[in-house]
Amino acid sequence: MTKDIRDYLNQLRQRLGGCDPALIQDALSDAEEHLTTALQIELMETPGSAPAEALAAIIEKYGNPEEVAAAYLSIEARFSLGLAAPRSARRGSFLNRFFGVVAEPRAWGAFVYALLALLTGNLYGLWAVIGGGFSLFSLVFIIGIPIAALFLLSVRGIALLEGRVVEALLGVRMPRKPFFIRCDLNGIEKLKALFTDRRTWRAFAYLILQLPLGWLYFSLIGGLFIFSLCFLAGPILELVFHLPLELLGTDKFTPVWLLPLVCLSGLLMLPATLHLAKLAGRLHGRYAKALLVRK
Amino acid sequence: MAYLIDANKKFQKELNSGTAALVLLSLMSRSREPMYGYQIAKLMETGKDAAPMMKQGALYPVLRSLENSGLLESRVDPSVSGPPRRYYRITELGHQTLEIWIELWEHTKSFVDDFLRDGDHD
Repeated sequence: MTKDIRDYLNQLRQRLGGCDPALIQDALSDAEEHLTTALQIELMETPGSAPAEALAAIIEKYGNPEEVAAAYLSIEARFSLGLAAPRSARRGSFLNRFFGVVAEPRAWGAFVYALLALLTGNLYGLWAVIGGGFSLFSLVFIIGIPIAALFLLSVRGIALLEGRVVEALLGVRMPRKPFFIRCDLNGIEKLKALFTDRRTWRAFAYLILQLPLGWLYFSLIGGLFIFSLCFLAGPILELVFHLPLELLGTDKFTPVWLLPLVCLSGLLMLPATLHLAKLAGRLHGRYAKALLVRK
Repeated sequence: MAYLIDANKKFQKELNSGTAALVLLSLMSRSREPMYGYQIAKLMETGKDAAPMMKQGALYPVLRSLENSGLLESRVDPSVSGPPRRYYRITELGHQTLEIWIELWEHTKSFVDDFLRDGDHD
């Protein structure tokens, strides 16, 4: 027998134990939204009825935690096939695998993420530093706490948005719904929960760390990519358009005998850059999950 | 007897897994306003004397998977008295897909019906 909504959510969480934290978060917020709404309407329509009995009838229709967990797992099993990286390029010889990365959507997704990280990293970092500093300063005054709470809410909102970007480009399952706040708490307790939830502070740290990481990803992967393209196009740039690569410093134009080697190095550097982007994307996905999702 | 009940439940579950998305998409296509999960669940149980096709809790993951496929879109609105509510509405792609799904459903239905009718004659 379920005592209250809180108890139901705990049971559901237990049933989903070991699953993807983002899936658990989705299932909990869906269940809380439904049960709270249904209970409010039921108590409004039939005043005087016992909340425990009304909740039991609602759960009968909604499904017990075991049934609901099974429904999420079966849908997730079907959907996660779409998130899995295509495996075709992983098979075959070393050369196939090395050059096959050029045809891998996940590698290009990670590459786009690395470029985008400069913009988002700057925005996140600036917002975290300026907003955080202002909130800290305003705590001196009486209006400080609401301002700090609004700022922390915005941090959680940005973290959710960043999760969507990470999932779309890096293929790591991230939360699709706002974080879960217990509905049985009053305003002050909710505020306290926001301030004491470790995920709030981890999201704040994530936003700040995105500033140097964004620069690192962009300059490393973007720089290597530009070099690869320049090397690949070296012969055309120098011989057709007379634009020097200035590789050797003293000679403005690369010697003609060196140009095929330059072109070859560009040909090798391009897939190597995409492999690096893919590796960085995989590591960043794990890091984002650890900071933004795990409780 | 218990085995038969289990088998019936399993069969119903298998049927639901294929049809829930079609029923939900059709329901969403008839609604002009965005709807949240509880409203959708209530609409699915009105006017039917028989037991509900599936548990209401099983609708939510289907809604989410329809959204991930781009057939529905959603927005989250804060609620005064409880947790935020997610409002779903059908997309243009959802309308187009529904037309195809209805055709597929009609084909499947007539195929199954033909077989069942043949069974009656035997």
